[in-house]
Amino acid sequence: MTNLLEIKNLQTSFLTDYGEVVAIEDVSFQIKPGETLGIVGESGCGKSVTSLSIMRLLGHKGRIRKGQILFQNRDLVQLSEAEMREIRGNEISMIFQEPMTSLNPVFTIGHQLIEGIRLHQNMSRKEARVYAIDMLKKVGIPRAETLIDDYPHALSGGMRQRVMIAMALACHPKLLIADEPTTALDVTIQAQVLELMKTLRDQTGAAIMLITHDLGVIAEMADQVIVMYAGQVVEQADVFTLFDQPKHPYTQGLMQSIPHVEREEDERLTSIPGTVPSLHDMPKGCRFQTRCPYAQPQCVKQAPPLLAVDEGHWARCWLVNDEQNETARSVSHV
Amino acid sequence: MSEQLRSGPLLSVEQLKTYYPIKKGVLSRTAGYVKAVDGVSFSIYPGETLGLVGESGCGKSTIGRSIIRLEQPTEGRVIFQNENILEYTPQKMKRVRTHMQMIFQDPFSSLNPRKRVKDILAEPLMVHRMLEPDQVQNRVDQLMEMVGLSKQYKNRYPHEFSGGQRQRIGIARAIALEPKLIICDEPVSALDVSIQAQILNLLKDLQQELNLTYLFIAHGLGAIRYISDRIAVMYLGKIVEIAKTKEIFNNPQHPYTKALLSAYPSPNPRMRKRERIIIQGDVPSPANPPSGCRFHTRCPWVMDICREKEPQLKGDQHAVACFAVESPQ
Amino acid sequence: MWTYIIRRLLIAIPILFGVTIINFIIINLAPGNPVEMFIDPNVPQEVLEARKEALGLNDPLYVQYYHWLLNLLQGNLGYSFVTYQPVTDLVFERIGPTFLLMISSLLFGIVIAIPLGILSAVKQYSFLDYLATGGAFIGISLPNFFLGMALIYIFALQLDILPTGGLFTLGGEGGIGDLLLHLILPTVVLGAHIAGKFIRYVRSSVLEILGQDYIRTARAKGLREFWVVNKHGFRNALIPIITVIGLEIPLLMGGSVVVEQVFQWPGIGQLMISSILSRDYPTLMALNLLAAVIVVVVNLVTDIVYSIADPRIRYD
Repeated sequence: MTNLLEIKNLQTSFLTDYGEVVAIEDVSFQIKPGETLGIVGESGCGKSVTSLSIMRLLGHKGRIRKGQILFQNRDLVQLSEAEMREIRGNEISMIFQEPMTSLNPVFTIGHQLIEGIRLHQNMSRKEARVYAIDMLKKVGIPRAETLIDDYPHALSGGMRQRVMIAMALACHPKLLIADEPTTALDVTIQAQVLELMKTLRDQTGAAIMLITHDLGVIAEMADQVIVMYAGQVVEQADVFTLFDQPKHPYTQGLMQSIPHVEREEDERLTSIPGTVPSLHDMPKGCRFQTRCPYAQPQCVKQAPPLLAVDEGHWARCWLVNDEQNETARSVSHV
Repeated sequence: MSEQLRSGPLLSVEQLKTYYPIKKGVLSRTAGYVKAVDGVSFSIYPGETLGLVGESGCGKSTIGRSIIRLEQPTEGRVIFQNENILEYTPQKMKRVRTHMQMIFQDPFSSLNPRKRVKDILAEPLMVHRMLEPDQVQNRVDQLMEMVGLSKQYKNRYPHEFSGGQRQRIGIARAIALEPKLIICDEPVSALDVSIQAQILNLLKDLQQELNLTYLFIAHGLGAIRYISDRIAVMYLGKIVEIAKTKEIFNNPQHPYTKALLSAYPSPNPRMRKRERIIIQGDVPSPANPPSGCRFHTRCPWVMDICREKEPQLKGDQHAVACFAVESPQ
Repeated sequence: MWTYIIRRLLIAIPILFGVTIINFIIINLAPGNPVEMFIDPNVPQEVLEARKEALGLNDPLYVQYYHWLLNLLQGNLGYSFVTYQPVTDLVFERIGPTFLLMISSLLFGIVIAIPLGILSAVKQYSFLDYLATGGAFIGISLPNFFLGMALIYIFALQLDILPTGGLFTLGGEGGIGDLLLHLILPTVVLGAHIAGKFIRYVRSSVLEILGQDYIRTARAKGLREFWVVNKHGFRNALIPIITVIGLEIPLLMGGSVVVEQVFQWPGIGQLMISSILSRDYPTLMALNLLAAVIVVVVNLVTDIVYSIADPRIRYD
């Protein structure tokens, strides 16, 4: 199966008061049609920048310095703004974290939905309205015929997020980028929205790039996962493998530090000491060395590339190599 | 835990109600009330952590603020040290405040950006005149060390710290007066995941060291589970279930509690296909709560009686307010 | 909405009441009285005294106020101490030109400020931005009488393409064209100040709006940047600007006083000055009352328009 989206060695930077700062570096991954890729990491790790780079929504101060973004074999980095506009909201859609502020407060829901629909599809206003009501029903909005003329402030956060999903899926995109779509929602509403996304995913066959810091959401939704730290991909695997055998110390630390519902009370939370290094001040070797319990002299000197742990499982850590050697040696004994 | 049986509760809340009036009409008459907290009762015992959990609009933050009288409750009693502090004059309340402190949710807005850390921490000590002026800075140093901040940072301003560090300052401020009770209002919700763990551990350690009692308010069940001895689940202004932590998680009784637990995405991909209880609809408005049991509009096990009468909290160690639990069908 | 309007109007009554009382007191506190303003020194003292008595100036203040109020409630604004004309007529004669000037300068200011403000915000820190904000700064700082006289000098005296003042050309037939020609310079003078103020408001409002999440959503849908800014952005940026425009209108009335003098524009600004100088109490009271009513009405209208523009605001 050819990849729907293929990112190769993406590097994006921003112009700040301190000069040009590289936000993400050497980011590579693929998404197959219909697949769900989870990108997990904490704030500042570059996951949002990655998605904005794909959509080319970086603003005046951001630019893609290196790399390719191949969407259905077209390099999005090379496209003109007009060509990108054809793609946005149409082939690739995006929904954001804050449903409370992501809708324009002075236009009705219907107006905003129809605007998106008519932008990419050839429909009359009447047809678009019928279609919009249909979309609202699909995302579980009750009384869609009346609600379509309401303003966003009349709706709760969960409802607004559903409207955002309706807007995003209206033009049948092949890829939906969801940037922390449920973080701002109550947990029972989050469950509803995730169920909805799963249903729609099955119905439309869209691929999803799901960005979140919540490992539970990743476990619930993703097929493949990449873990980002300080602007780089530090681990990549399918979801089962990642949770069974996380190899990068950051991934391991993350999993151990999250107080989730199924943990026993007596287990002490291990927190990852220290803080993420600032983008202006990246260490020369491995970016995680200052917080890593296994740091070696090699980690300080040389930045590790993504090394293969197994088929389809990669980690950016020198110790992976050592373990490989260990396994190789132990196997040979057998 | 046997302390609970030995001594009485440190704090008792009895039928607390906090209503906000809705004003309408030419003469701004009161047309109704937003019933943020509508008849809540519970006790907290010395040395324990009571977790208060619920989703947005359930009233948990309002309870915290009402107890400490940052909001004025409309009805009910708050018994602290055998007296109802809701009737206290401002002077008496001032003394009470040395025993009861609060940690706030937003580390970015709860610290005065124009004050240096050492002044922020010195302020409670000066206001309540707990120490001689020349001893204040020593205490400030001590406080900073207790929360894991180097005292060389005391001359800095809040904006020079990260979110997690600011929350530590907030905690240092709360423990400055050696309070007995600390109300933690979503102290880790605004922090990054790996910092949450650090702060939760700090809170746990301080509780041991200083013999603190916590009322821990949060909407995240994971953090609540980690830190609480007992948990009270709230919905739309009322407590629907209250029990020991293990009980809540292993044996949830109230339909809302069950739905809440089920809604949490499990960090185990193999569990993704399991049966989940997904309740539909949104939380009703606290200005217009449903008749009878507040949860009946979304309850998968609703019966006729639920629409008409309000269930009361029944049970001793594990209390539930639900007709379906009382008389199982 | 109607309950809100009624409530506002009810509150307006005591406000206006208070304004007229304070005005009355201040006017009477000023030294001198209308009778002494008669220039002719040959008028004997007894005549002056008789005049004073006739005008009711010897009655205690509260009696004078009471009479005035009573007349007002019957629709009678009194008679001018100077011309003996009914004040109502006096005011109505002159209010037209002032309103015309106010409206045209407001429109001028808005039409310049909005596009420039938006451009400034979109191209923040560019040359255009500095030019626009610099120009705005000049517009606010230049005293309007100075600007007025400078423009008269350049365009009327040196270049002779615009008239020096007045409503119509003396001895001409009048007509719209003539009126518009005369309107240009005073409009520019008053409007420059407004434009200067508004450019900065528009700019900062648009800047703030462009940072909002829903702008990002609009872009993510594939909308052209032009529509993102001018449809999604501007509609929201307009909301605080409505308030600013509403606040500006009463200020305009004050500004027009000076401009009317400079351009001999026969509006109530001129009437205001002459009434003050001649201690024409009834006219002054009427003019102040008019100003207060305008302020109250404009504030109410602004709030109503605000609630129409912003669907989140609903009064009840």
